[in-house]
Amino acid sequence: MIGLSHYLVLSAILFSIGLVGVLRRKNLLMLFFATEIMLNAANVAFAAISYHYNDLSGQMFAFFVVAVAASEIAVGLGLLVILYKKYGTLDLDEFTVMRG
Amino acid sequence: MENLLYIALFSPLVGSLFAALFAMSPKNIITGIVTSALLLISFIASAILFEHVMTVGAVHVTMMDWIMAGDMLIPFGFLVDQISVTMMVVVTLVSTVVHIYSIGYMDHDKSFNRFFSYLSAFVFSMMVLVMSDNFLGLFIGWEGVGVCSWLLIGFWYHKEDVSRDVNPSISPSWAANEAFIMNRIADLGMLIGIFILYWNTGSLQYDVVFAALPNLSDGILVAAAIALFVGAMGKSAQFPLHTWLTDAMEGPTPVSALIHAATMVTAGVFLIIRANPLYAMEAVEWVSYFIASLGTFVAIFAASMALVCRDLKRIIAFSTLSQLGYMFAAAGLGAYWIALFHLAAHAFFKALLFLGAGNVMHAMNDELDIFKMGGLKKVMRWTYLYMGLASLALSGIGIAGVGLAGYFSKDAIIETAFNEQNYILWIILIVTAGMTAFYSFRQVFLTFHGSKRYADTEIHPHDMYKYVLIAMSPLAILAVIAGFFKGWFEEFVTVLLPAYKMSEETHHIAWILGLVVIAFAVGGIVLAYIKYNKGLKRNEELENSLVYRLLSNQYYIPQLYDKIFSKPYAAFSRFSWLTLDQKIVDATVDGIGNMIKTGGDNTRKIQTGNLSDYLRWMARGVVLLVIVAFISHQLSQGAN
Repeated sequence: MIGLSHYLVLSAILFSIGLVGVLRRKNLLMLFFATEIMLNAANVAFAAISYHYNDLSGQMFAFFVVAVAASEIAVGLGLLVILYKKYGTLDLDEFTVMRG
Repeated sequence: MENLLYIALFSPLVGSLFAALFAMSPKNIITGIVTSALLLISFIASAILFEHVMTVGAVHVTMMDWIMAGDMLIPFGFLVDQISVTMMVVVTLVSTVVHIYSIGYMDHDKSFNRFFSYLSAFVFSMMVLVMSDNFLGLFIGWEGVGVCSWLLIGFWYHKEDVSRDVNPSISPSWAANEAFIMNRIADLGMLIGIFILYWNTGSLQYDVVFAALPNLSDGILVAAAIALFVGAMGKSAQFPLHTWLTDAMEGPTPVSALIHAATMVTAGVFLIIRANPLYAMEAVEWVSYFIASLGTFVAIFAASMALVCRDLKRIIAFSTLSQLGYMFAAAGLGAYWIALFHLAAHAFFKALLFLGAGNVMHAMNDELDIFKMGGLKKVMRWTYLYMGLASLALSGIGIAGVGLAGYFSKDAIIETAFNEQNYILWIILIVTAGMTAFYSFRQVFLTFHGSKRYADTEIHPHDMYKYVLIAMSPLAILAVIAGFFKGWFEEFVTVLLPAYKMSEETHHIAWILGLVVIAFAVGGIVLAYIKYNKGLKRNEELENSLVYRLLSNQYYIPQLYDKIFSKPYAAFSRFSWLTLDQKIVDATVDGIGNMIKTGGDNTRKIQTGNLSDYLRWMARGVVLLVIVAFISHQLSQGAN
């Protein structure tokens, strides 16, 4: 029987994968993917806990997250395109203009 | 009457503010005229008030409530009674003369307007001092005259410091600071006295305080009397706080005449007279006796220094000190009205003497050394007459009830000492009277008689402007006739002050006592005539003798103060600066700054500009926060 804890473990695994992606990856596009994975890990946890407690507000929150993530990606990808046109690369190590 | 009181009080202030408008602009004769006119108005108002007080009685007004805090209520009020109205008339009269005189004297000074602003501000402060109906208002005026005195002594602040051998006062700024600092020391005593009185009587109003005096314990009375007298000692330059007065001669001569002879320095005597119910208490009898003894000591002490002094203005300053000593002697012996009478008479002839000295300085291109003068009587007839009269008045010349101002006032003080059967004080005061006559006429003869010792210089002396000489005449007239008002004055002020009457025996032999004093005074004059009338014959042997050098160096007291106070204090200040401040305080503050600076230098490496690094720092932070949250949760669980 698949219970709440399975879902939460799945969520934790997904979140960790996302986090490692964020920390290790150097390509900005990959960073976006990793962020999406983290967001969806949270969504899985929301939905599972909502079901467990029989409370719909968690699932509603998941919808909001999906919507926000979609708009964020829309804006983010636009910025990436401009960035790529300007520098010809998306490698994070190249963008160090704010070095102190 | 209330309006007159405000006119008398505030017209000098208006004059001062008006002159201040022109402070930065070149000389404008209008400032001198307006301030003099306003002072004349103030004088007229004071004179009318005098008449009012005499016929109707004292005027008491409360202008506003001033300090209200909890139980403390100090109204800002003014009281015009017999004591204050006497002071008001003297102050405004002398100030008016000095203002008009200054228009001539400061003629060529580039800070003409500024001078009048300060001078009128001084008169206003002095009026607040004498008219206030409470100790706090008196203190405000007290500090006000102190500030104005500082401004005016240091009026020529641009002069450089020179060594003490060249000029004993070093420089105007130095003298101004000396005067101010010495007065601050004394003012602390005065403040403590005021606090003691407030603490124990719950009020600062004169009438309330004096009414409450009999209920106070002896210790408190003595403490208050001593503390207030310390304040009076500073302002009136009594030993050991006397050195500032002679150095204050660095200021322009009208200032010396007004502030350092006629009015401000007598504020100490005024305070004692004002607080006479306190000083007349039986418990403070020995304090009063101490005041009388100190006054007598200062009288002879200052006179002795004047004997050998060569500086025209310093001689008069020493004589002021000496006469202040006389006033304190009278006040200490309980003869308050005699002290007040001598104060008024002294104001007239001493101001005249100073203004005469100013004329001489003006004629001699600011030369002050009387050894370099002589034979001026032909070119400066009027000044010669004025200074001669003033010196005669100061010496107390007169016989059988006819004489100049000093004859009446100073004689009365000497007679008081005899009447109190205090023969030591009496003898010292008589000897001092002889010395006074000697040094006054030594000065007159050296300045006006004999040969022209300035002949080989480029100086062509001439007398002052006519209007200045005319303006001085009221003082000359008063120096001659003031004494005749003695009986009338006694009747007037003893309404308020304790009536001091000579005993029957004293009264009986008063004419003998008077003769003794006159003998000493005339003896002094004759001695001065023999020695100096023909001209100056210097005696090297005498001038190099120990006593002579001791006197001409003011008993080495300034040098002594320099050694035991100024130098150690300067050394201590250097130590505080270099060690305490720079090595401890500054080091601590700089250390904190440096720590933050190096911390910033080291941590700026975090700012790589690389997003991955930032994200890593963020992840570490989140992990850390989670751990902290977890631990604190566990701890709070454990605690429960």
